[in-house]
Amino acid sequence: MTFRYALCVMRLNELTIKEAQELMAKGEITSVELTKACLERIDEVNEKLNACLTVCKSEALREAEMADERRASGEVGELLGIPYIAKDNILTKGIRTTAASKILENYIAPYDATIIVRLKEAGAVLLAKANLDEFAHGASTENSAFGVTHNPYDLDRVAGGSSGGPAAAVAADMCIFALGTDTGGSIRCPASFCGITGLKPTYGRSSRFGLVAMTSSTDVPGPMTKTVVDAAIVQKFISGKDKYDSTTVDEKIDDYGSEIKKDIKGLKIGIPEEYFTEGLDKEVAELINRAIEKLTGLGVEFVKVSLPHTKYGVPVYYIITPSEVSSNLARHDGIRYGYSVHDGAKDLAEVYLKSRGQGFGPEAKRRIMLGTYALSAGYFDAYYLQAQKVRTKIKEEMDKELEKVDCLLTPTAPHVAFKIGEKAADPLQMYLEDIFVTGASLAGLPAISVPCGFANGMPAGFQLIGKRFDEKTLFRIGHNYQQATEWHKQKPNI
Amino acid sequence: MTNGINMKLTKQEIEHVAKLARLELSEEEIEKFGSQLSGVLDYIDQLKEVDVTGIEPTAQVTGLVNAWREDVVEYCDTEIREAALSQAPEIEEHQVKVKRILE
Repeated sequence: MTFRYALCVMRLNELTIKEAQELMAKGEITSVELTKACLERIDEVNEKLNACLTVCKSEALREAEMADERRASGEVGELLGIPYIAKDNILTKGIRTTAASKILENYIAPYDATIIVRLKEAGAVLLAKANLDEFAHGASTENSAFGVTHNPYDLDRVAGGSSGGPAAAVAADMCIFALGTDTGGSIRCPASFCGITGLKPTYGRSSRFGLVAMTSSTDVPGPMTKTVVDAAIVQKFISGKDKYDSTTVDEKIDDYGSEIKKDIKGLKIGIPEEYFTEGLDKEVAELINRAIEKLTGLGVEFVKVSLPHTKYGVPVYYIITPSEVSSNLARHDGIRYGYSVHDGAKDLAEVYLKSRGQGFGPEAKRRIMLGTYALSAGYFDAYYLQAQKVRTKIKEEMDKELEKVDCLLTPTAPHVAFKIGEKAADPLQMYLEDIFVTGASLAGLPAISVPCGFANGMPAGFQLIGKRFDEKTLFRIGHNYQQATEWHKQKPNI
Repeated sequence: MTNGINMKLTKQEIEHVAKLARLELSEEEIEKFGSQLSGVLDYIDQLKEVDVTGIEPTAQVTGLVNAWREDVVEYCDTEIREAALSQAPEIEEHQVKVKRILE
């Protein structure tokens, strides 16, 4: 049968959500077959990539069998039987969640994050927990306590961060899709570096309940996928108000599936000039320009806009984030869970000092120190309060420009993935990686990274930043672009 | 600099912050963090040039105000309770045990 032949040529783990769902609906393949194909791929390449920290093989096969039974009894669903990988700062009941930190190395959560519950209900199959920078602090996954994740396009290069594991896993077809978290670019940066699609939803769109908290005022989980269509499918399931997260907003969830089918003639996109100046690699700039030409050809009108406070995004972010990190990580105290130096400690203070001193890695310690300093007596006004006020200016400026256009288009990252070790010695160099991604995070706006070509064999993406809760327009533009291009179909040769 | 914000952090300041943060640091770490954090703070100092007269600070972006819920006790089954407690290094009679605080 020709169809069966086609399936043999294309391995099942390479399928998108949409393709896999169609084949399962037709009865051509089962979730168990799909899940096995992904698990085999993980076995095959994880040693090279170090994308997965924990593989839950038996649980995954059991969930796949259950999904097949649900389908046999007549159930249908876009994620029913679809295998995925979750970043390891998302709590999964009974399966280890480490946040890539030694302090949580053996932590097993007694409950699932809300987004995991939603995917379970939809019948998705959890394959593995993926690597990240410790506590999601970083832009390269080099800060993981369990080793760096390698970029599938060049093993000597980083996969980006902090969701480097999920990004590499999606790019290398170890799963059909992944869940990441984005605090200041952690979904978008690795999506750009690994040539996949990644959405940071509007702050408050998807529940943070059950994420290992980093920066509570900007943390948000989102999909990392092979196509924009797939991102829209996953986002639909993880959107919505959650009674366990009082910052989720009861906002209408658009019918993304029908919205993305609309063409993009007459849409207006703003190009903020501040994102196209110093620091942007020439070849990446060229790729972005070609994407703009392509979208122009599809009927989009581009206009120049100005966001003069863009350059303050990184300094604001590196006050707000460490400040919130220092209080969020205070819970890791060696008392209730996690790494503990208990025996031999003479008093409670010593348990704290030693457990935290030995349990946290260098970047977590740096951020705790920076935040503690910024919040301490005498410095609060100069640092934290000033940063919060500049944050207001960044937010108001972005909101104002977005009133004139449907969304903004920028590069996701200033360059392609860098060499492992290249920036690891200087924390400030690593912080500057976030230059194009902090704005949307500080303003709480949705932003998607879409692959738009290769420079020296390494992928790069453009970023669309939308109005609050207007994910549908980002999906619509991204999908139209992917209908007209092949960049998202490229595969690394591992 | 007279306001102390631009200066390189001293060893005493690093030790003080580490104590506030309940982090035991090695001599090497104190040295390294001293220069690294000074570099980052130097960079962050550019925020001072932004005129924020009359600007309100932003702590959250959703515009939500007072998300209340009923303050009711929810049932938590033994399995979850035990799973949560089982993560603690020292337990006595279903309670987490801590070291003495007072002499």
